[in-house]
Amino acid sequence: MSNPIEQLNKVFESRIRIGIMSALMVNEEVNFNDLKALIDVTDGNLATHLKTLEENNFIKVQKGFIGRKTNTTYIITKAGEKAFRMHLDALEKIIKGLN
Amino acid sequence: MNNETKDTSIETLHEIRTIMERSSRFLSLSGWSGIWAGCTALVGAGIALKWLNPTFDSSHGLYYYLTEALYYSDKNILFHLIALGFSIFLIAFIGGIYFTQRKAKKDGQKLWGKASIQMIGQMATTLAIGAFMILFFIYDGAYQYVGPSCLIFYGLALINGSRYTLSDIRYLGFIEVMLGGINLFLPYYTILFWTTGFGVLHILYGIIMWNKYERKAV
Repeated sequence: MSNPIEQLNKVFESRIRIGIMSALMVNEEVNFNDLKALIDVTDGNLATHLKTLEENNFIKVQKGFIGRKTNTTYIITKAGEKAFRMHLDALEKIIKGLN
Repeated sequence: MNNETKDTSIETLHEIRTIMERSSRFLSLSGWSGIWAGCTALVGAGIALKWLNPTFDSSHGLYYYLTEALYYSDKNILFHLIALGFSIFLIAFIGGIYFTQRKAKKDGQKLWGKASIQMIGQMATTLAIGAFMILFFIYDGAYQYVGPSCLIFYGLALINGSRYTLSDIRYLGFIEVMLGGINLFLPYYTILFWTTGFGVLHILYGIIMWNKYERKAV
């Protein structure tokens, strides 16, 4: 049996990225402001982590408008969902493995 | 592996769960909203009874007024009762929003977030379909189905809405549906079922929710 710690995804080591992925797992789409309120981070910090997730193809950005204001929403990709599920499985194994 | 990894893993999973819940459910529903809704319903039932018995005849006894009076009353009064029902619903709804808004503020949650809007949308759709059915029953003269249908569709609305809020609401929904179902077989007792379903149950539910989620915070 391989070590579950090795199965943990390095990308998900940050609390903020975990937060983003969790919110996107259970919602079709979430906009920037809702994510900010949910995870309680600054604009710049959130933007950096969103960029990283986007570069990994785990999330997709959708730019839209509400009236004249820009409304940027984020959705999870198939690859992102798979990677996050594997990460969750690994976490679960670590917890169970030590009982 | 060591205990430290295990502890951080548990912590991470806990955080994931919290974010999933907070982003998809509106958890600031106040128990006071239920108590308020129940009390307005009881007042509404009192007014309805008064309208049904302009001349209180003691020879009939209270039992008659609680049961058969509605069944045998002049059907014109039905429209007054519908108007009364709508007014009571509005008063209950506005008061409910007030108490929930107060709790949301305390919790630092937005009242009109994604989840609460989805919850209201889900409930409104179910209630609109129910309203259509009920209007048809009135149009068709099948008055005995009006009362039970209100309870059944309200219960369904709660069951549907519960996906976006405290899951306890689901059980309240099932009980309302069951009450409506029994009421179909006992049409004379509509006022009793209404008073129980919209009045007593809401108050009980509100107290239970307050006790479960808000008491600690006080």
